[in-house]
Amino acid sequence: MTITKTPTVVAGGVGTSPIRPDGIPKVRGEFAYSSDLEVDGMLWGSTVRSPHARARIVSIDVAPALAIRGVAAALTIADVGGRGLFGLIEPDQPVLADGEVRFWGEPVAVVAADDRETARIAATAVVVHYEPLDPLTDPERAEELGETFRVLDITRGDPDARGEVVVEGYYEVGMQDQAQLGTESGLAIPDGSGGVDLHVSTQWLHVDHEQVVASLGLPPEQLRLHLAGIGGAFGAREDISLQIHLCLLALRTGRPVKMVYDRAESFVGHVHRHPARMWFRHEADRDGILRRVEARILLDGGAFASTSPAVLANAAYFAVGPYASESVTVHAAAARTNNPPCGAMRGFGAVQSCFGYEAQMDRLAAALGIDPVELRLRNALDREDRIATTGQVIVGSLPTRRVIEALRALPLPDEAPGDDPRRLPGGTGLTTSRAAVMRGVGFAVGIKNLAFSEAFDDFTEVRAELTADGIRIHTAAAEVGQGLVTVIQQIARTATGISNVEVVWDHTGEIGSAGSTSASRQTQMTGGATLRACEAVAAVALARADAESLDDEGAWRDDQLVMTLADLVAAGPIEHLERFRHPPTTPPDEHGNGDVHAGYAVAAHRAIVDVDPELGLVHVVRVDTAQDVGRVLNPQAVIGQIEGGIMQGVGLAIMEEIVIDRGVMKNASFTDYLLPTFLDAPDMTAVLIEEPDHWGPFGAKGVGEPPTISSTAAVVAAIRNATGRDLNRAPVRPEDIVGL
Amino acid sequence: METLLPRHLDEALAATAAHPEATILAGGTDLMVAVAYQALRPAVVIGIRRVPELQEWDGRFIGAGVTYSRLERGPFAALAQAARTVGSPQIRSAGTIGGNLGTASPAGDSLPFLAALDAEVLLRSQAAERALRWDEFITGPKRTALQPGELIVGARLPEAIPDRQAFAKIGTRTAMVIAIVSCCVLRWDDGTTRVALGSVGPTTVRPRAAETMISTERRPSSAALDEFARLVSAEVSPINDHRSTAAYRRHASGVLARRLLERVL
Ligand SMILES: Cc1cc2nc3c(=O)[nH]c(=O)nc-3n(C[C@H](O)[C@H](O)[C@H](O)COP(=O)(O)OP(=O)(O)OC[C@H]3O[C@@H](n4cnc5c(N)ncnc54)[C@H](O)[C@@H]3O)c2cc1C
Repeated sequence: MTITKTPTVVAGGVGTSPIRPDGIPKVRGEFAYSSDLEVDGMLWGSTVRSPHARARIVSIDVAPALAIRGVAAALTIADVGGRGLFGLIEPDQPVLADGEVRFWGEPVAVVAADDRETARIAATAVVVHYEPLDPLTDPERAEELGETFRVLDITRGDPDARGEVVVEGYYEVGMQDQAQLGTESGLAIPDGSGGVDLHVSTQWLHVDHEQVVASLGLPPEQLRLHLAGIGGAFGAREDISLQIHLCLLALRTGRPVKMVYDRAESFVGHVHRHPARMWFRHEADRDGILRRVEARILLDGGAFASTSPAVLANAAYFAVGPYASESVTVHAAAARTNNPPCGAMRGFGAVQSCFGYEAQMDRLAAALGIDPVELRLRNALDREDRIATTGQVIVGSLPTRRVIEALRALPLPDEAPGDDPRRLPGGTGLTTSRAAVMRGVGFAVGIKNLAFSEAFDDFTEVRAELTADGIRIHTAAAEVGQGLVTVIQQIARTATGISNVEVVWDHTGEIGSAGSTSASRQTQMTGGATLRACEAVAAVALARADAESLDDEGAWRDDQLVMTLADLVAAGPIEHLERFRHPPTTPPDEHGNGDVHAGYAVAAHRAIVDVDPELGLVHVVRVDTAQDVGRVLNPQAVIGQIEGGIMQGVGLAIMEEIVIDRGVMKNASFTDYLLPTFLDAPDMTAVLIEEPDHWGPFGAKGVGEPPTISSTAAVVAAIRNATGRDLNRAPVRPEDIVGL
Repeated sequence: METLLPRHLDEALAATAAHPEATILAGGTDLMVAVAYQALRPAVVIGIRRVPELQEWDGRFIGAGVTYSRLERGPFAALAQAARTVGSPQIRSAGTIGGNLGTASPAGDSLPFLAALDAEVLLRSQAAERALRWDEFITGPKRTALQPGELIVGARLPEAIPDRQAFAKIGTRTAMVIAIVSCCVLRWDDGTTRVALGSVGPTTVRPRAAETMISTERRPSSAALDEFARLVSAEVSPINDHRSTAAYRRHASGVLARRLLERVL
């Protein structure tokens, strides 16, 4: 029997928005998150944390905890068999406090007990004597004292270059929390022969593995890390939180141990967006061309390094934004203080500097009497231009002008505020009537690098396998909710013609690193590896069958099915392991110049706000955007990233801030750390600019971070426009608008 | 933990008499937060949701168990508006006016209305019944005159309640936010005006000088309204905390009180 048919384009391939495999289970509450893991006989872990921003530890007595019935272990730094320190870039953070606590909430001891409540009680029973020390909480003082994680000085061009028009400004950004919905959680299961399996929600399985084995002092193969269901990340899961603690407890007790942070603990259990203090001086000639930009950027890195050196680099490299300037001086420092540690959060340093340089561009436009959008167009970078700070030539796409023009071309809706309180400043509190409202419009553009920079060996591994049923993709890449699993399937379908694609998460012993789910990189990196691996598999299959195309039935030639998938794999396994790297980058030279980045994306935002100036309340009416996406692989997923990213940007603009008082967090709860809700969501229109990039699959770029870079700046610009006030700080607080 | 679930007021009062140190559980929207985040572990809990007498709402008597979702639909516009601003729909279905009184937070949203009316809080134990004016009942931030063994039965409002009444609340989010400042204004036809503000003092604040001044103004001029706002701002005693600053709260108190007064004139 012969089957004939004309091959058609595979369903659910690149460019479509297929239903995501985890979507329906998540909506129905059936998806297993890491906090849902359970095994028989497991213990619960709990963490003893420092009540001081800085103190010497005089003594720790775990005996009272161990005396409680049902308590199986209580560990301190003395129980850490391997390296006592961990850290993403440099190991500088004690697994458990060692002689001194350096931030409020630092882990001091961990306990495990039969149930969660007993574990909590045991943690309170550990007696720690502290001798409080004066915390260093002012980052400027820290820099003076030389307490820094990194200082980066960039100089380019003639430092004596001058422009006729000069504007200076000082800006601040507050500490934002990722507020990922799933708190930190995991389950460690001892394997009975000295090793351990850790199931955990993380952004990067292999880098956790490296740090955990080091601290356990185990041979690498004795520890296997498995991805558990992840409820959001935004940078909060890049660093180690409970991974080492869980494994220590499991190995000590010989029993599985589970931990789940509650929301308050989550606030101290992960790093935050760096608060920033920034000063800029922009000089331009009369027609608005930037002649010189100077910047000083100070980030508060908190107590431990985390990713501060890399965040700082981003803040510094993007100090001029997506604009050209032939003369640049930047001094940037990340201070070490006794504030909560800061590190990765969506936008990674680029958000902070964007808030400064975009405010400067508006000031410059005002000083010059030039339309602010026009001023940006005149200075916009594009392919083949040089990044102002590093001097790196842009070899991929960077359609800054197209992005700005597309956004400017969107109609500016002029519908006046209505009477619905939910659409007015003050909302359902009924503070504000229509008549009290002033409207403002703000425009901002932001740029960010894609994937890892500064000569980091950035790679990802994917194994593609042909099975009798279709394609199976093996990866360790973290699906944090962004939809990577869907995009992998789409790429595999388009590459092979086979629609049945299964994604399998291998543990760290089964496959190499996928790198981090961060830096907007997985669609390009793991997506890129998937494309190559699938192309290789398809080539072998076609050669084996001497066929022209594949689909779910098998291999086809001249409209004839010549071999089924089962026949193909019966004749020998068909698989390909791809280790994918992006084009190499270099470290910065002594001037901070060099080809430090692998690629860029640009986005612009235009915000419309209604402000009640007398009470300082804001309603964000609209945030429209145009974004450089390279190539749209999944329209719905791209729009999802854009909408969510804008919401995070709106949050930073008007409400999200961790309030710290002498090192102590004052609002570690969702009662007091306010996140925008649906009622705060502005209307949004997004224009996607497709100009293929040089190395992502099908020319795609990462789309996760650009929506957060300039949305904050645009909203604050709109509030300035409505009120006429020089608001130099995000988030803007009511008292800032009122001027108190 | 022992849990008692009385089905009548008598049973409830017998339970509080037998366990004077018991913790009363109404909607649990404050209590369960304390259980989760302050590790509150009460030994005995008396759940009062099944007590029908506490659900009563009869004219000027509002039972302690009346929820915000009922208050939202009630006849008093300012109280309904206050109820509408509380938390989310889920919180409003569970949270009660008795619980708001029991917690006695300076930010309690039902309290300005009760304070502006000089409402009484009715308390009962098995042995006795008493009525305390709101400011005798609430003795400080999160402190009340409730005695062991006593239940809050409800709030009693005075007979004369003006139609002209308004409530508003400042927060930096469109909904579901704890008040930075809240305000209730009542105005009688003879000009008598009562004002009460939340989150600007240790307990709900009544700016008496402002009330006296504006009560004599039958048709307040804009200068009189300015003076009223100034007096309100002068009489509140806010603090700096993680939600706002004292200076902003002082300023916003005057603005809000004036706006509400203008709405009801
Ligand atoms: C997400 C969230 C949002 C919130 N938003 C707001 C808001 O916007 N505005 C606001 O005002 N509040 C808010 N709250 C707080 C809370 O909802 C209110 O204070 C509510 O009125 C509490 O009522 P309840 O019935 O839940 O009290 P419970 O939590 O059951 O009790 C609160 C206290 O009162 C005592 N108590 C209760 N009833 C009695 C009684 N009859 N006799 C004696 N003692 C009693 C209890 O023992 C306890 O000490 C919020 C809470 C949450 C969790």
